[in-house]
Amino acid sequence: MVPFNTLVLVCIGYVAFLFVLAFLAERSAARGAGRWLRSPVVYTLSLSVYCTAWTFYGAVGYAARSGLEFITIYLGPTLVMAGWWLVLRKLVRIGKAQRITSVADLVSARYGKSNLIAGIVTLCAVVASTPYIALQLQSVTLAFSVFAAEAPEAVRGDARETALWVAAGLALFTILFGTRNLDADERHHGVVLAIAVEAVVKLFALIAVGVFVVWGLSAGPAEIHARIMASPVSEWRLDPGRWVALTFLAGAAILCLPRMFQVMVVENADERQLATASWAFPLYLFLISLFVMPIAVVGLAHPGAGGNPDMFVLTLPLAEGREGLAMLAFLGGFSAATSMVIVEAIALATMVSNHLVLPIWLRLRPAGHRMGEDVRRIVLSARRISIAAILALGWLYYALSGGGAALAAIGLIAFVGVAQFLPAILGGLFWRGATRSGAAAGLVVGIAIWLYSLFLPSFGVPLPGWAGVMAEGPLGIGWLRPQALFGIEGLDPLVHAVFWSISLNTLAFVGFSLITFPAPMERLQGAEFVEVFEREGQGLRGWRGGAAEAEDLLAMAQRILGPEEAQVLFQQAAAEQGTGGFLPEVTAEFLERLERRLAGAVGSATAHAMIAQAAGGQAVSVDDLMAVANEAAQIMEYSQKLEAQSEELQRTARQLREANRKLTELSVQKDAFLSQISHELRTPMTSIRAFSEILRDEGLDDADRVRFATVIYDEAVRLTRLLDDLLDLSVLENGTVQMNLRETDLSEIIGRAVATASAAAGTRPFRILRDPEAEKVALVTDPDRLAQVFINLITNARKYCDAPVQEVRIAVRPGRDRLVVDVIDNGSGIPRDSQAIIFEKFARVGDTTKAGGAGLGLAICREIMEKLGGSIAYLPGQGGAAFRLTLPRAVARAA
Amino acid sequence: MTRARPPLFLERDDYRRRRIMDAARILPVLGAVLLLLPLLWEPQQTPAPDTAAGGLYLFAVWGLLILAAALLSRRLIERPAAPAPPTAGREGPGA
Repeated sequence: MVPFNTLVLVCIGYVAFLFVLAFLAERSAARGAGRWLRSPVVYTLSLSVYCTAWTFYGAVGYAARSGLEFITIYLGPTLVMAGWWLVLRKLVRIGKAQRITSVADLVSARYGKSNLIAGIVTLCAVVASTPYIALQLQSVTLAFSVFAAEAPEAVRGDARETALWVAAGLALFTILFGTRNLDADERHHGVVLAIAVEAVVKLFALIAVGVFVVWGLSAGPAEIHARIMASPVSEWRLDPGRWVALTFLAGAAILCLPRMFQVMVVENADERQLATASWAFPLYLFLISLFVMPIAVVGLAHPGAGGNPDMFVLTLPLAEGREGLAMLAFLGGFSAATSMVIVEAIALATMVSNHLVLPIWLRLRPAGHRMGEDVRRIVLSARRISIAAILALGWLYYALSGGGAALAAIGLIAFVGVAQFLPAILGGLFWRGATRSGAAAGLVVGIAIWLYSLFLPSFGVPLPGWAGVMAEGPLGIGWLRPQALFGIEGLDPLVHAVFWSISLNTLAFVGFSLITFPAPMERLQGAEFVEVFEREGQGLRGWRGGAAEAEDLLAMAQRILGPEEAQVLFQQAAAEQGTGGFLPEVTAEFLERLERRLAGAVGSATAHAMIAQAAGGQAVSVDDLMAVANEAAQIMEYSQKLEAQSEELQRTARQLREANRKLTELSVQKDAFLSQISHELRTPMTSIRAFSEILRDEGLDDADRVRFATVIYDEAVRLTRLLDDLLDLSVLENGTVQMNLRETDLSEIIGRAVATASAAAGTRPFRILRDPEAEKVALVTDPDRLAQVFINLITNARKYCDAPVQEVRIAVRPGRDRLVVDVIDNGSGIPRDSQAIIFEKFARVGDTTKAGGAGLGLAICREIMEKLGGSIAYLPGQGGAAFRLTLPRAVARAA
Repeated sequence: MTRARPPLFLERDDYRRRRIMDAARILPVLGAVLLLLPLLWEPQQTPAPDTAAGGLYLFAVWGLLILAAALLSRRLIERPAAPAPPTAGREGPGA
């Protein structure tokens, strides 16, 4: 047997070790070196405060009594963690965005930073947690008593005394490491690390006992399997109601328990931690639960294990003489109990100081007495006193109740109590319509039913006349009996309480939310919560700027955050606004930021009240909300305008690029044109020079002279024609040409053109097919210019048409205000790839020598047609070369 | 007040990511269904107590849930810094 004194020494040594560890972690974090303190593994391990002494000892007892039902307590959290993407991620994001300090703060911040709600939640949490803390003290003293069974009476002492010592030690540790700083954003690194280490110890201890049981006391898994089948444990009967209710309760508890909220949301550093915990924490629970059943089965069958299944984890190794293992198991249980108490006390103390003490203090102060005291000191003392008070309450409960009830029952009562927060929390996260009145009504109804039908009955007979109430209902009203509400009997008391409290809670919450109208601050916060992912960084402002003096605010902030931190905050804000010094302009943004920062220290409701006081109660009104909404709409409109503008810019840029491309092309064309024209001019000039040289020489007979003179003359004519054409083209292109518009007849123009074109001698027979009836169209145009177009087209046809009998058909189709004239020959037409260039200058198709032109004809035609307000295009697929002229019936005079 | 319409179809990566988010939302429901299956057991009516088999079933489902959560969470935080799609957190019309 382990000497009792050794046990006490080991305990003290272990606690001292945790002290040192926490101290080192705090120092490392303060130096900024504690990155590993924020690792997902430490986070996951810290979540294991879920597994209290109730798990460590109680799960085995639970399994011995109710078989596999114990597992529901771990399945609920597994489901919630596996679904982290749905709920936890949002919760953590909101926790960070709003600097939430506790579960009460969360609910209060959501419902318009209401102190009433925060107070209700805080009170309920304290009431629910007190027995739970008592349970931890009880388990430690029970464990002590197992070891001390054989110690002399003098050494063993009183169980209550042991519990007192444990409570005092825990209070000291919690106060030392839990209330060092005020801003909850500076996390409790020391505490978290100590808890992570304790998590490893308890897991290791339980697995060690499990391994000993499976392989030491049995022959391995196969035999355990057989023993479970044969054991009385297997006789348990699954109660579907309890199975569902317990799974639900455990899932709700992991969201609502103050200590779980503390480690999961408040101490969270980033979402990566959560992602890892989503599978690692269920794995932890899995490992914790793995050996529970074997230990229970073997313990029940072991003659030396004693009568209390809750202590099998200790008594089995002791009965087998494995004192080291027993010691380890004891430390595991000790770890489970202490870590729960520490975190629960921190979380509750934060809630009590922020939501009960500070609001009362703010109200009691004389109105004129503005922030005279050091708020920081008051908050810290309030927190320290709260920790001590909470542990004292826990001890008192233990001492008065005598610690008789089975561990599991007490834990479940606490679960049902905190589960009452669930409708308000989930509704607040996902439903913008949830209001403060709804939340308050739901909480009050749910908590009342919980107290009446589960909490009070758990005491046995706490009040005179209670036995009568239990049996016959208050004042003899049968349908109000605590465990048979509305006359429905036969339900398991726990399922009964869960069902009625949660369903009526939800009903009241939804009902009151539907019929009440939220205050502006509630609507603001509702939007911030529900749409936390959508509206990140563009939060609506809850304040009007300008009303408060920056100096007053600084004075207040200093008293809460401490001078150094407050000054840094103000200096940063001033620098961001572009002013120097410590006093930024008091804008709505700045007030919002300051409030968030203060909320991290004293909770959102108190921070809001303080700023409201400093700013002279200038909180936001409905009109302000609408103004903000309008502002947002304006910003959106503005950004849309910007978008449209940028689109337009893009369009313009595209057009500019296009224009540039054309200009470059034109420049290339111009160069080509110049070189072409030099060539065209040079050819006749060369022959003129050559022949005039010959003429200058003596000894030429007359016939030769005439011949040479004729050549010179012909070349000169060609040159002149070329120059005429060029001149014509350039005049047309420059737009300086004046059109002689007058009323005329199309057939007259065509007749003139045909006559002119036919005058030139041709080698082949040539026919022109006309439709005199259709040609009789009156139009206003420049007849000379239009005739020139027809002459060019007909001449071209005569030059290029390769049919043995040349035929040109001129078809006229008059429209209402436009006239279409097709000039079609019967040759082989123009090849497809040349069709695009024929209207360009100097463009000639096929054998150039035959043509004898400079390739300006069609270019001139195009220019003329454009000047006349019409167009010319090549018309493919007509059997030969075909051109379509489109003409307006009357050219606008301005053209 | 009009809003810029989010794109109707997403690129392959974003599409995959959305479906993983869907899976992450479905996982707890699936887990709940599997873990509530014991409601249908009637241990009293089987010839021998089947607590051991039931326990094995529960632990197996549990293990699979852990595995699935681990795989999903790894994929979900692959691009934590990427700007969340405009409809993140809500079932958007994407894809």
